[in-house]
Amino acid sequence: MSIVAARMPTDDLKRRNRRRCLARGGILALCLGYVAALLALPLVGIAWTALKPGWHVVTSTFSLAETRHAFYYTGIITLITVIITTVFGVIVAWVLVRQRFLGRSLVNALVDTPFALSPVTVGLACVLLFGRGGWFEPFFAARGIQIMFALPSMVLVTVFICIPFVIREVQPVLEEVGTEEEDAARTLGASVTQSFLRVTLPNIRWGLSYGIALAAARSMGEIGAVLLVSGLIQGKTETATLLIFRWAEERMWAEAYVVALTLAAVSIVIIAVIELFKRKRVREGAR
Amino acid sequence: MSSAAQAAEPWWALSYRTVARLRHWGLRGAALLYLGLMIGLPVAAIVNEGFGKGLTAFRDAIAWPGGTQAIVLTLWTATLAAVVNGLFGTMLAYALVRYRFRGRQMLSAIVDLPLAIPTLVTGLMLRALYGSTSPVGRALEGVGIKVVFAQLGILLALCTVTLPFVVRAVQPVLLELDIAEEEAAQTLGASGWATFRRIVLPAIRPAIAVGALLTFARSIGEIGAVWLLSGNMPGRTLTAPVWIYQLAYQFKEDQAAAVATLLFTIAFVMVMVTTRLARTHTGAEQA
Repeated sequence: MSIVAARMPTDDLKRRNRRRCLARGGILALCLGYVAALLALPLVGIAWTALKPGWHVVTSTFSLAETRHAFYYTGIITLITVIITTVFGVIVAWVLVRQRFLGRSLVNALVDTPFALSPVTVGLACVLLFGRGGWFEPFFAARGIQIMFALPSMVLVTVFICIPFVIREVQPVLEEVGTEEEDAARTLGASVTQSFLRVTLPNIRWGLSYGIALAAARSMGEIGAVLLVSGLIQGKTETATLLIFRWAEERMWAEAYVVALTLAAVSIVIIAVIELFKRKRVREGAR
Repeated sequence: MSSAAQAAEPWWALSYRTVARLRHWGLRGAALLYLGLMIGLPVAAIVNEGFGKGLTAFRDAIAWPGGTQAIVLTLWTATLAAVVNGLFGTMLAYALVRYRFRGRQMLSAIVDLPLAIPTLVTGLMLRALYGSTSPVGRALEGVGIKVVFAQLGILLALCTVTLPFVVRAVQPVLLELDIAEEEAAQTLGASGWATFRRIVLPAIRPAIAVGALLTFARSIGEIGAVWLLSGNMPGRTLTAPVWIYQLAYQFKEDQAAAVATLLFTIAFVMVMVTTRLARTHTGAEQA
């Protein structure tokens, strides 16, 4: 750079520097403006709208039994979804990376399918399978098992939506770490379980955590898929997002905003955790 | 454990190879069964119902007031969202990678927020800021810009929800790009814009395409963010996913499935192109 500076006429250099500063400032201003208009200001807006009526609205909203039940239901669905997608996600990622078989690319495509399906359509599929006249309706009805308008169907659709997250985060990490360390552990006499717990799991842990956080966030906030299958039974199959939905329809805006602000706060915490995972992953190299 | 079992050699002991083979097939079976039941089956149910009555269900669905407009609206807002976010997402990724400024980490975290915030809450956030209850919304309405209950609101909601896609697709590619090339171009007298267009853009173009296609695929299925913002007026602000919900809610499952199949097919092609692009692109990088 210094050689260039010495050879260039100073006037020209100054003009170019000024132009670059202007471009930098312009791009930054556009970026910040865009993010402010879409996210930062709306966040301020929702906080202001929710807290403007006073703190008593917050306490009264959370003293309602239906509010607490909705958050409890959201928590349960999120927990079950995260467990299922994590366990099976790791298995699927493992099989896709370590095994070669006919139709592997087809399976890969299948994993991406939830990205292409509207959440409403997922709910519709669940209705077609388990609802009145559905493929499996006679089977479960005969055994008295309630699938629709109950927890099972809500968990099923949420799992569907969240399937890709863990798989797509773990897969590249597994590919990158290769099999050398596992093979070494096995040669030294470790059992398969030991080599998985002591070698593979530590290698994929940040990618896995990242995927789990994404899945948790998504299942916490899912609305489109559960809308059709929950049956919207007040105080029973209502998640936090469905509660917002109903209160918005009933024009109970103050309470709806309070619940929405709470969910937004939770997701900000999740994003903070995700940023932490990302930084750890970067610090530990490719993992 | 295995050595102890070998020493005793009980009659039920399986040979090492049998255990390995069982594990191999067990894992693969679990993975395929999981994906088949959780993803393959619901998709089959939708497509089967969608094509079940030939094109009559689709024709019936289109005959509803606002049906055609809903599909057209969804397609063009999704296209516009992909273009707008393709532009701003690229700019954001460039700023996050190439510029050092105070609050960069913060901006990076905020860009990720839509991955975690429930989409319904995103809609409420935008409504809180741009609705007629807020000073900002009133000011905009004074100038004649209507966001809530208007098509502009739908576009805003889609852009917000899909903001991370292009940024997160472009960022890693930019990070790996050798800055020396750009510096060389500038040393040789190229302007900042020429450097970007001739050197940076060709390298990140596939990544931008990946992000934009994902944005489009996600946008044509989005329901949560749009619901409380658009007012769902048939023929004006009713989007296709909301319409699918309304059809299913009125027990017109076959018509809902017909429309859903159309949207799914479009989005699925996009996602497949995306993964192909992403794979060939990363493959080229490794080579």
